[in-house]
Amino acid sequence: MATTTPAPALRRKRTRARLRTLGFLSPWLIGFSVFFGYPLIATVYFSFMHYNQIKPPAFVGLRNWTYVLTQMPLFGPALWNTLWLVVVMVALRVVFGLGIGMLATKIKSGTGFFRTAFYLPYLAPPVAATVAFVFLLNPGTGPVNEILGAVGIPAPSWFNDPDWAKPSLVMLSLWGIGDLMVIFMAALLDVPKEQYEAAELDGAGAWGKFRYVTWPSITPIVMFAVVTGVVQTMQYYTQALVAGKLASGVSIGPGTVIQPGYPDHATLTVPQLVYSLGFQNFNTGAACVLSLVLFALAMAVTTLLMRKRAGLLAAED
Amino acid sequence: MTTTTLTTRPGPAPTGTTGDPAARARARRSRLLHWIAVHAVAVAVALFFLLPFVFVFLTSVMSDNQAMSGELWPHEWHWSNYLTVFRTPGFLDWWKNSLLYAGLGTLLTVCSALPVAYALAKFRFRGRRTAMVLVISTMMLPPQVIVIPMYLVWAQQLHLAGSLWPLIIPLAFGDAYSVFLLRQFLLTIPQEYLESAKVDGCGELRTLLTIVVPMAKPGIAAIALFQFFYCWNDYFGPQIYAAQNPAAWTLSYGLESFKSAHSVNWNLTMAATLLVMAPVIIVFFFAQKAFVEGVTLTGVKG
Repeated sequence: MATTTPAPALRRKRTRARLRTLGFLSPWLIGFSVFFGYPLIATVYFSFMHYNQIKPPAFVGLRNWTYVLTQMPLFGPALWNTLWLVVVMVALRVVFGLGIGMLATKIKSGTGFFRTAFYLPYLAPPVAATVAFVFLLNPGTGPVNEILGAVGIPAPSWFNDPDWAKPSLVMLSLWGIGDLMVIFMAALLDVPKEQYEAAELDGAGAWGKFRYVTWPSITPIVMFAVVTGVVQTMQYYTQALVAGKLASGVSIGPGTVIQPGYPDHATLTVPQLVYSLGFQNFNTGAACVLSLVLFALAMAVTTLLMRKRAGLLAAED
Repeated sequence: MTTTTLTTRPGPAPTGTTGDPAARARARRSRLLHWIAVHAVAVAVALFFLLPFVFVFLTSVMSDNQAMSGELWPHEWHWSNYLTVFRTPGFLDWWKNSLLYAGLGTLLTVCSALPVAYALAKFRFRGRRTAMVLVISTMMLPPQVIVIPMYLVWAQQLHLAGSLWPLIIPLAFGDAYSVFLLRQFLLTIPQEYLESAKVDGCGELRTLLTIVVPMAKPGIAAIALFQFFYCWNDYFGPQIYAAQNPAAWTLSYGLESFKSAHSVNWNLTMAATLLVMAPVIIVFFFAQKAFVEGVTLTGVKG
């Protein structure tokens, strides 16, 4: 082939390749700068401004930052709730998801029925699922408490009890575990059968086989589930908000400002507080500070993900 | 590629053919016990997952009075509840808006994610890795972080608050999650196909449209489904941009206000809840394979 390509032609070819790459990437390049780069910079800018979305922004230095971090009464509960949910919900989701995934691979009859049954709740739109759970766990006349009452178990008030509101949200989240089940199921089915046979020959029991064969080969997927779970839970918003609103029984509609986090701020998460500050109290500066705190937390986890890779870039080259 | 569908059965378990009859009988008995134990647990777990649907459905056909009583089985079946829900002012508009947001959003997502994912998967250029890291960072970013400045632009400069356009338009610019997912899929297409197309004189665009798209159908179907469900389920977006204008609400957003409008009518609320869930579940049964492939792609291949 052409071993002596003239330099200008080569350069022209390179320029063309570069333009072609730019052309293919252009939707994302525009989207990234307009819908990610710009708002991120603007968020930092507004975090130093006093701005009520009517009068022009005025520079106030670090006042928003000190207000949010040291004085705002709801910051503590919101951060605590978000971290509580991150730890408890993610841990239980991974354990439960792995359990259901293992169960799903062990079923021999009615496989299709069982797997679909386990998966179906994952598809329920979050608002619909939350409305359904507020009804099911309704302390007065909900089916769950009716049944618990019939068998003589003292039933909690679920979403209406500050101690039970977050566990109720965890139950709702475990109901929609279908995505994790599928991911774990695929990973479990990928474990080479010979390894189990070899372990059996070495006299490994059920626990031994799990500990020395299953666990090592699914660790990357567990890691992936933990990290994406943490990132998702830091954004936890819709279910907590809707459950709190509906359980509190306040009539809502456009213009109605309700104090989020019913009962007793037990379901108030950081994203809810961002919304409430920015779109109900019109305290743009404080809302931007809070969203940057959320961003810092999310970035910390993302960096961890990049370091451990968790298989995310594994298919690279 | 891992092809785990929800309905595939694993092959028959290998049966031991060696050993004396007594040992075989013992093995058979322990297998039977194992079978019973596994399926008993499976039934219990399936009940946990399915009973909520059953209770929601049963309540949705009760009379107003019975729905408040805490009884579990309907005395009479009031199918007309569903009609009442459809006649609720706004409900049909919310359907229309949900379909517009989810339908148009999905179309734009696929059209814009495809060239970007293709370039990231198959072109060699400087900064490719950095671009991927940036795509993943976007995926990880909580939407609340950037929503305030974006809202101000849409509301104050472009005067589009009170509509779904602030949610639909950005999807024409390479949604990060779809780009990432599609790229992972396109990596599995062998380079040789693309090279032979190029030898035959195909430009990149033609290669993409005539070679890659037909081969990438399962991946495209997966991101389309995910985007459709994401838009259909989205609550935060419509709450930010459409809240002040009930005519622009989507089903997911409207459902909650539906509950407060019918504050004591759990039967109507449950009927509406099922009507919001129904399209997603129907689409799932038609496109199960693509959907499950997409989920495994994120987790296992991803």
